[in-house]
Amino acid sequence: MSGNPSDKVEIALDVNGRVHHARVEPRKTLVDVIRDDCGQTGTHIGCEHGVCGACTVLLDGEPVRSCLMFAVQAQGCKIRTVEGLQSGNELHPMQQAFMDHHALQCGFCTPGFLMLAVGVLEKRPDISDEEMLDVLSSNLCRCTGYQNIIKAVKAAAHTMKAADD
Amino acid sequence: MTETADRWIGASVTRLEDLPLVTGRGRFAGDIDFPHQLHMRIVRSPYAHGRLKSVDAAAALAMNGVAAVWTAKDIADLPPIEFREGPNENLSPYRQAVLAAEWVRYVGEPVAAVFAEDAYVAEDAAECVFVNIDELEPVLDAAAAPTELRPGLGTESTVCRQGYGNVDTAFRDAHTIVELDVSIGRHSAVPLETRGAIGRYDAARDVLELHGAAKVPHRNRESLARMLGRSTGGVHLYEGHVGGGFGVRGEIYPEDVLVLVAALRLGRPVKWLEDRREHMIAANQSRQQRHRIRAAIDGDGRLMAIDDDFFHDQGAYLRTHGARVVDTTCGILPGPYRLPHYRVAGHVRMTNKTPCATYRSPGRFESNFARERLMDAIADKLGLSRIEVRRRNLIAASEMPFERPLVALGDDVVYDSGRYEALLDKALAHIGWDALQRDVASRRAAGEYVGLGVAIYVEKSGLGPTDGARINIHTSGEIEVITGGASIGQGFETVVAQVCAEMLGSDYRQVRVVHGRTDRIEYGIGAHATRATVMTANAAAVAAKKVRDKALDMAAQLLQADAADLDIVGGCVVRTGMIGGPAISLGDIAHHLRPTSSTRGERDPGLSAEGWFSTSHMTYPYGVQIAVAKIDKGTGAVRIEKLLIAYDIGRAINPMLVEGQLVGGFAQGLGGSLLEEFRYDERGQPLSVTFADYLLPTAQDVPFVDILLTEDAPSGVNPLGIKGAGEGGIAAAGAVIASAVDDALGASGTISHLPIMPQQLKMMIDAFEATGAAAASSGSG
Ligand code: FES
Ligand code: FES
Repeated sequence: MSGNPSDKVEIALDVNGRVHHARVEPRKTLVDVIRDDCGQTGTHIGCEHGVCGACTVLLDGEPVRSCLMFAVQAQGCKIRTVEGLQSGNELHPMQQAFMDHHALQCGFCTPGFLMLAVGVLEKRPDISDEEMLDVLSSNLCRCTGYQNIIKAVKAAAHTMKAADD
Repeated sequence: MTETADRWIGASVTRLEDLPLVTGRGRFAGDIDFPHQLHMRIVRSPYAHGRLKSVDAAAALAMNGVAAVWTAKDIADLPPIEFREGPNENLSPYRQAVLAAEWVRYVGEPVAAVFAEDAYVAEDAAECVFVNIDELEPVLDAAAAPTELRPGLGTESTVCRQGYGNVDTAFRDAHTIVELDVSIGRHSAVPLETRGAIGRYDAARDVLELHGAAKVPHRNRESLARMLGRSTGGVHLYEGHVGGGFGVRGEIYPEDVLVLVAALRLGRPVKWLEDRREHMIAANQSRQQRHRIRAAIDGDGRLMAIDDDFFHDQGAYLRTHGARVVDTTCGILPGPYRLPHYRVAGHVRMTNKTPCATYRSPGRFESNFARERLMDAIADKLGLSRIEVRRRNLIAASEMPFERPLVALGDDVVYDSGRYEALLDKALAHIGWDALQRDVASRRAAGEYVGLGVAIYVEKSGLGPTDGARINIHTSGEIEVITGGASIGQGFETVVAQVCAEMLGSDYRQVRVVHGRTDRIEYGIGAHATRATVMTANAAAVAAKKVRDKALDMAAQLLQADAADLDIVGGCVVRTGMIGGPAISLGDIAHHLRPTSSTRGERDPGLSAEGWFSTSHMTYPYGVQIAVAKIDKGTGAVRIEKLLIAYDIGRAINPMLVEGQLVGGFAQGLGGSLLEEFRYDERGQPLSVTFADYLLPTAQDVPFVDILLTEDAPSGVNPLGIKGAGEGGIAAAGAVIASAVDDALGASGTISHLPIMPQQLKMMIDAFEATGAAAASSGSG
């Protein structure tokens, strides 16, 4: 009996290098499965229609809106969420820069911005300020007015590059 | 600031709040789950106005995994949602019932509640609840003649009137009269996290818990306990992380009551999370007002009187604030200017739209816009510069404290301190006003639509009357501060920690700040009206001083010294000025003060104390905003090129956080001025229900905001001398943007409505260009 949207299917998701097994409805979104079934609640939901970017995760290195896809579609991909950014006790330079530059207030948008900025900078460490502003304007923040987010991303870009050189 | 110094007040230290938030370990409402919980989904009215004939839940109830479906008759014993300030007989017919019974009055009004095992199932089932409504003609214009929502229930719920002097005489004697009809569109906080509430009844303790609370947990506990007929001892609210408050989150809404009642009656925890569309039609909206305002002016451009008749589009119900936004508008409208005669009538009008309440800087965003439009119009009419006309009317520093026979937030208006003209001068110098004017003039001569705007305003903060805090130093040396404040992202924990650390000679990272928990402290004012920093920080300072005295007293015995010769440095009590001498840590002192300690003597156990702070009046920070706006000739789009906020905060505990508040607030205000509006069609159907049709500002839209923070006028009404900053960025955003765009059009007075839409500007510019009226001809004064 296939085709019933509430028939559950077995899936395996690789989140931050750990494989999670879950039985979910095929219609369940990736963000819901990451949060409910994998227990990684750092990825947030702000709109569920692909505009705010609070749900941004990296899928094989590419920033995507995890509210806009089904979890079943993400099988076989490497998913990275905010919980996977730090190594051990060491914060990722982007996390550190957000703290140093007061780039968060309520912090609800923060995981999305962190993943977006990290995803872009890992691929394009030399991205221009203008292009970065363009990228950052694809996510919404209601608290900070963006000024300090832009500052933090610039600072982290610098640190990430220095570490790579 | 060196990391070892103990001077924390005034230091831009990083926030204690940040670590869990940047590592994905926050605990927002959606992150809270309890075993065996049910999920709630609300069935909402699809019509703006109608008679509710019946609700058919049979199909939903038959679905697998559905535990219950409730309509109004299942909770007929519940009263409507209360006003926070207590019963008000005249206004009570306008309160909202938890579920609509006979009538529906806005699209989105809760009609039924579905409870199911899974959020997806609850949503499916809600779609199978059939609601039978006879649609009625909606009331949509708050400024139209009053009518009735239903027999006996008029659309004018109340009129707030304030004023003093003899307005009619002033208008008769006036040299000039300036009249405007200005309006502000409907917009709101729209935090990035939608609302959420989790109800849980712990029968073992007989405690009903509400998780996902925010803003005013203690006040809400009282209201909820009354509504549910429980003792406040048996109701507890828990605030976790809050994804933006801004006035909207943390009020009591129907959904909060429902999860609690369902948790009690269904015997399982109940979780409700709002989706974005619901948020756009169900959470409090705000701002919509139309002012018919006029001023009587003498021959020198001095205000003799203001007479304002305004209409506030309240939407379908009066929510927890009652008519407070309108009252505040009335009380704060005169702003920083001397005003001998004043009369205002604020009509609170009911319409068939989502109910309205407070949004960051309620009543001030609106009144600053109306008043500053008026000041620009006066300048224009008298041929004075916009700076000069303001200068002539500003209240002088020598007149402080300045009393006005008005009331705002139930408090008599007394400006505690202010050097308004000095701040104006500083702002003009900082931005290089004269050079900027020349630059704008030459760009205009070259055909650009660019203009300069200015706005001056008085904010209010630190609403009393009283708040308390308790400090307990653990034997580990950790300083625990238990407050009744609330944290909604504003850096509350860090600021309170800084104050306590300074008083206790310790590192602020040694301080743990508890907030938003009714089970830890009996009273609390929460976080609204920019009061948390002022009230709670001062209360914490009082408690810290007591703890300090107790620590020094105990240490004096242990170090065999006079307490007067001791100081606390780096978390240890030492002899003042003696480096390397004997020292005893606060943790050790706490150890000596254990109940069982033999060294404690007659002292009460514990290195702890409670402190209270009371104030009879609010404190009034003030600001000047200056903007440069450019209109794109081709599209009519407005770009704010430059923006300065000069703001006097009395004393800043953490300047970095103050600046963050001001910048973030301005960005929101820019949204309400240029992008955001809740629109409704002629049947009252909401048209702005997603982020695609309600536009929040993005990183591209918000300019670099320059902040000039001054501390020229410390507050005289609290010992720390602080004033709040939470609303200072947004308060004059509409006023300054309108002023700049108006100037860019070179035609003073054309901007009379917010948000300013590109289509409208494009039409004006096309008309100018067609008639050859050069934009360069006037403006920028
Ligand atoms: S929740 Fe995915 S974009 Fe908003
Ligand atoms: S920090 Fe609150 S939404 Fe960005």
